[in-house]
Amino acid sequence: MENKSTYVTLSQSSGMKKFLHNSWFAITHDKAGMVGFCLLILIIVMSVTAPVVFPLDVESDPSQILTAPSAQHILGTDHLGRDIWAQIANGGRELLLFAALAAIIGIALGVTLGAFSAIIGGRFDSVMLFLADVWLSIPRIPLLVVLSGFFSLTSMKLAIVLGILSWAGLYRTIRAEVLSLKERDFIEAAFMQNLTKTHIVFKEITPNLMGFIAVNFSLLMRSSIYSQVSLVFMGILPLEQNWGVMINQAWTQGVVYNPKCIWFILAPTIMICLLIISLVWVGKALEDVCNPSLRK
Amino acid sequence: MKNLSVLTYLLKKLLRMVLTILLVTTIIFFLIRLMPSNPIDRYIEDQMVQYGISYAEAKNRAATLFSMDLDQPMYQQYFAYLGNVLRLDFGDSLLSPGVSVMEIIATRLPWTLFTVGGGLILSFIIGIVIGAVMAFKRDRWYEPIVTGIASFLSAIPDFLIAICLILIFGVVRWNGESTILPIAMMRGTYSMQMKPGWNTEFVLDVLMHGMIPILTYMLSQLGVWVLLMKTCTTSCLNTDYVTMAKIRGLSSGKVLFSYIGRNALLPITTEFFMRLGFIVGGALIIEQLFVYQGIGLELLRATNGRDYPMMQGIFLVMSIAIVVCNFLAEVLYAVLDPRIKAGGAAKNGK
Repeated sequence: MENKSTYVTLSQSSGMKKFLHNSWFAITHDKAGMVGFCLLILIIVMSVTAPVVFPLDVESDPSQILTAPSAQHILGTDHLGRDIWAQIANGGRELLLFAALAAIIGIALGVTLGAFSAIIGGRFDSVMLFLADVWLSIPRIPLLVVLSGFFSLTSMKLAIVLGILSWAGLYRTIRAEVLSLKERDFIEAAFMQNLTKTHIVFKEITPNLMGFIAVNFSLLMRSSIYSQVSLVFMGILPLEQNWGVMINQAWTQGVVYNPKCIWFILAPTIMICLLIISLVWVGKALEDVCNPSLRK
Repeated sequence: MKNLSVLTYLLKKLLRMVLTILLVTTIIFFLIRLMPSNPIDRYIEDQMVQYGISYAEAKNRAATLFSMDLDQPMYQQYFAYLGNVLRLDFGDSLLSPGVSVMEIIATRLPWTLFTVGGGLILSFIIGIVIGAVMAFKRDRWYEPIVTGIASFLSAIPDFLIAICLILIFGVVRWNGESTILPIAMMRGTYSMQMKPGWNTEFVLDVLMHGMIPILTYMLSQLGVWVLLMKTCTTSCLNTDYVTMAKIRGLSSGKVLFSYIGRNALLPITTEFFMRLGFIVGGALIIEQLFVYQGIGLELLRATNGRDYPMMQGIFLVMSIAIVVCNFLAEVLYAVLDPRIKAGGAAKNGK
């Protein structure tokens, strides 16, 4: 029991390095992956630098309401006379943080439950599998809408709720993957060394799942962005400053029907599409590496 | 013997479905009844503060509204609630007193089924055809473009597609004079002056109003079908039995339908039924965008007005629809896939 944790097995020494190498290969050898990766980096850089380079207009300017794009405001102004470009530049940060938090929680839950369920097996496994089935048959957005009737959701609370809600789908993929890993020699070796289940899950199995985790991370980020933007759009979340909120404001102001300031609604829509597309492409490039059978 | 194994497979799935519905209902009951500051307590408090009535009276009102006997012990309430759900009795709506939740759902549901279902079926048919064609034309120059558009469509949220559609059809004046569609006249399920009935005028009006929502649903799901059909067909094309069938000199139609189609359709039909379940619950935002009077809009309205019996009823209907459709998908799988009849199903059943 005393020095079990000092074992270094073959699998864990190479798992992480192999994963990083593989992902780099995937991204640089796949056109869509490369484009997605660059887009994502661009959005992240923009979000980080925006508060300094393009500070938000804090005051409204009644003389400049809903103007068309001009030299001063390259995307025009919104219904309070604030510059839209500054809002676009600043709007991604909150969304990215939110999505990352939700995805991390979802991954942590899904991987832990999935791996333990496959390793322990037996009754625990079948009960968990059944619960996951039940969980998956609860519609996500309606559930969130109903929940918002009970709690006052904030953006970060929503991230946690979303993370917890998304365990079931990931659980199923991870479980299936761990079941196939379980047959491999190094896991058997780990069992024969009488290592604890916790050690096996976190030190032996997880490093070998990094590819799956990365793919699912981008998938989860995408679905949580979708959920948040939907909820914001339906006016259920309190308004903070991000692209979803901009769409909501533009919609409630009826901007769609005013071709002069169409960028107020078009710009955040395009940005959300770009963000989601970049996540999808990066995810797909990573998936090709994790599932070599899918490679052409 | 073979039939027996199919029967046990289906029975197992049926049992599973009933259990799932039971669990979902239980979760909803405890959400409504046992949580701190649950809607019933909140309602009683509201009534006492607003109308100055006594606690007992407010409790009575709450009891009739939620159709629960609040004086009974919890487990009896739970069973009474289960009985009510079994009879599809979710109590009365708080926002429109005297009208039962089920009545409202019954008037709203057809609209949602019409638009989302229409969109699903259209996208299914078009998507399958495009996907199958793309699988055969893998080496043409336009294949990556079509696949790219399909993956783009399947990735972006549906309401962003809706906004783009509104911009294209209802806002931008392409010829400089008028927009393609009078989008401002197309809100709601039908025009105000129309009287519902089975005449041509009304049907045309309904189609007119439903057009953009249906188009939105169609586009948002089209990509999934194209990609799925393409992958399934491609993987079938490369198998030995298809090559063998070709070598045996079977006609290409026979190969296409009996060897490729039969296998490719398996995952597709399953996916179709899975998505069928999400019809009822998948339309909140689009319905809000177009003020389409479907069940999703009703759920939003109920949530904004804290109409708990309504919320609970709609949510339950949405969940049950999904569970039932999943069950149907599994039944269909058993019918379509001869391998399940061979008895392997019990082991690899999900």
